[in-house]
Amino acid sequence: MKKRKARLVQGNRACAEGALAAGVRFFAGYPITPSTEIAEIMSEELPKLGGKFIQMEDEIGGMTCILGAALTGKKVLTASSGPGISLKQEAIGYAALAEIPCVIVNVQRLGPSTGGPTSTAQGDIMQARWGTHGDHPIIALCPSSVYECFTLTVTAVNYAEKYRTPVYVLLDEIIGHMREKVEFPDISELEIIDRKRPDCPPVDYLPYKIDKTLIPAMADFGTGYKWHVTGLMHDETGFPTGKPEIIDAQLKRLMNKIEKYEDEILLWEDIETDDAEILIVAYGSTARSAVEAVENLRTEGIKVGLFRPITIWPFPEKALRSKLENVKHIIVPEMNYGQLSLEVERVCKDKAPVSGLYKVNSLPLSPNEVMAKVREVL
Amino acid sequence: MKRWEFRLSGTGGQGLITAGIILAEAAVIEGKEVVQSQSYGPEARGGASKAEVIIDTKKINYPKVVIPDVLLAMSPEAAQKYGSEIKEGGTIIVDSSFIENFVNEKAKVIKIPITKLAKEEIGKTFVANIIAVSALVGLTKVVSFEALKEAVLNRIPKGTEEINIKALEIGWRWAQEKV
Amino acid sequence: MRPDLQHLFRMEKLPHIWCPGCGHGIITRAIAEAINESGIDLDKTVIVSGIGCSSRAPGYMNFDTLHTLHGRALAFATGVKLANPELNVFVITGDGDATAIGGNHFIHAARRNIDLTVILFNNNIYGMTGGQYSPLTPTGKMAATSPYGNPENNFDVAALAIAAGASFVARGTAFHDKLLVNSIKEGIKNKGFSLIEALSMCPTSYGRRNKMGSAADMIKHLKDNAVNVVTAQKLPPEKLEGKFLIGTLHYKPYREFTEEYDKLIARVQKEGK
Repeated sequence: MKKRKARLVQGNRACAEGALAAGVRFFAGYPITPSTEIAEIMSEELPKLGGKFIQMEDEIGGMTCILGAALTGKKVLTASSGPGISLKQEAIGYAALAEIPCVIVNVQRLGPSTGGPTSTAQGDIMQARWGTHGDHPIIALCPSSVYECFTLTVTAVNYAEKYRTPVYVLLDEIIGHMREKVEFPDISELEIIDRKRPDCPPVDYLPYKIDKTLIPAMADFGTGYKWHVTGLMHDETGFPTGKPEIIDAQLKRLMNKIEKYEDEILLWEDIETDDAEILIVAYGSTARSAVEAVENLRTEGIKVGLFRPITIWPFPEKALRSKLENVKHIIVPEMNYGQLSLEVERVCKDKAPVSGLYKVNSLPLSPNEVMAKVREVL
Repeated sequence: MKRWEFRLSGTGGQGLITAGIILAEAAVIEGKEVVQSQSYGPEARGGASKAEVIIDTKKINYPKVVIPDVLLAMSPEAAQKYGSEIKEGGTIIVDSSFIENFVNEKAKVIKIPITKLAKEEIGKTFVANIIAVSALVGLTKVVSFEALKEAVLNRIPKGTEEINIKALEIGWRWAQEKV
Repeated sequence: MRPDLQHLFRMEKLPHIWCPGCGHGIITRAIAEAINESGIDLDKTVIVSGIGCSSRAPGYMNFDTLHTLHGRALAFATGVKLANPELNVFVITGDGDATAIGGNHFIHAARRNIDLTVILFNNNIYGMTGGQYSPLTPTGKMAATSPYGNPENNFDVAALAIAAGASFVARGTAFHDKLLVNSIKEGIKNKGFSLIEALSMCPTSYGRRNKMGSAADMIKHLKDNAVNVVTAQKLPPEKLEGKFLIGTLHYKPYREFTEEYDKLIARVQKEGK
């Protein structure tokens, strides 16, 4: 495979470079630690490519501005953290309901509230799923390395375009700020997906059509389709409706459109799971400590493995269950008080007990702490 | 090669994160595995600053220093805060321009008047970080002088090559004298 | 509906949801008339709105239309315009939408002098939620949340826009129909942030609580208290007591954001900085 020369690259930079490689040509945002490098890099790189960058007056402006830009046909990105992501929630719900492709990078920091701007955490797992009001589908991808910050941002942009949905890239401060030696794939080696656009005449266009694909074509503003976008419940034409049977049909389509494609959306990695009796489920920077723990414990002959969900949402439920044959105990280390643990427990509790290993004090979970927990349940 | 863990500590504004990046980039030039990370207060200047670099020949999982092989302390506060966290038989480099009477029983303590050298021999205190990283490499030989020089020249602003090379040479010379 | 304006409306979506006597229908028609007379490309025209009574207007209009979130119309519109400066972008907003929840976007869109034509339907009240006071409800007036009279000071939104950097600011009313159409046309022509404050009337939620009579009485109130800005220059101050000015209040062409950004792109691509 043709690769560029190895470089030392920061996680946040890798996200920005991945977005540009995927075709993102519009960024709006607001400065916030520890995500600011992404905005800085986009402000420098986008004009070179004829793209647009704008620093908005607030976080809500950053989110809503990219939605306006996405409606003109652009691939769009915003990046933020903690308080900023909280402020964006209403507009993320709008993007989900109005089905506007967009990518939100959340470099997780210690919370709640102002919390710890330069401290790492994984406290936004449930916020990514349920942060906005009302039921809605969401996709959230969680890189564990600088390399994955690049590749998964490409994937996020592709998913946003393909499924007409907001997609999160969930970093944590460690992943966002650390630098690693990487060799990113060349753009020519990447699969780049563009949203489906209508091929029918404007008079026949249904921006929220219910068909077998469940994903309607999306017209660019300014191309004569003259369609209506609203955050109100709407029918196939996009106009508001109060009819229960239409609301029901549209919301079911919305919920099912991600579920239908789960087989092509779900991503995970597993290490030493074939004979594992203890399974660690970890993600983001914490997964790196888990890998180290697995490698060390295996040298002692302890049958321990790792399952790393890369798509946190939707959760790779079937894949996880398929690894449980010999598992007697599951450990979920997280830099929160047990968010993904709840999901793991839901999926696995009939097969094996689930124990959390939680740390929320601005410091990362170390391999030693993970190993100690494994020994505790042995 | 074993796994090397470096902790570069001092005050915000001393260029320690840049020094960490330069060390990491020198490792990349030599084809080694490397992870660089940092912690700092939210303020750009004056707060406590800490850069960490891990260099290995095999894949690096955990990206943070567990127990450093080498500690660089460029301020009394940093020496106080991190001075006790050092591997048995490790090396602690202290900037003796600011730090007096530093002792550690576990490690070899190397005193170099880093900032004073930058000021007196070059006339620019901002190259203190380059003197420091050069001394650190000179003492450990974790990367070659050539790789370090290339990394420095890739990273610094145009027009400052001469003083940075001079800083590299000062750091290297002091390290050789201390070995 | 005038036959020459029908193609600008989604006729099948009418009649509209506004109350009898509401001024919003008149203002919406004035926008259509201004667009029609301006001769702009209808396929390249986007109308953006926020939340509230006025923000329902785009749903009736035959363009690419974007009914957004409360207060956020200008931020969405900034994205539309910056992403594709070829588009003519209109923003329809209300007094609560633009100056309370959306106040930050309002001053910053004006500051950037981004080429948007903003028509602010000012009925001095939150109509859709049942008549609560807004930042444009005059001091002392009654509202569902100011049952003892509004204790707050109100904004002069035209003065706010001028201070923030808008290059064109005008005021019209639902009564002064021709003048309103002309102001919107001037706003379209201006390459920059154009605010047209359109005074409307809300007999249901505002007039009723403030004993202003019927819709006809309210529109007469607009007629009787408006003074054209040109006429006002010749009048002594005592004659302007309790009156409001209509017409072009401010016009100062100034560097426009999307044009400046395109220049920046050209410069970066050519010189690399």
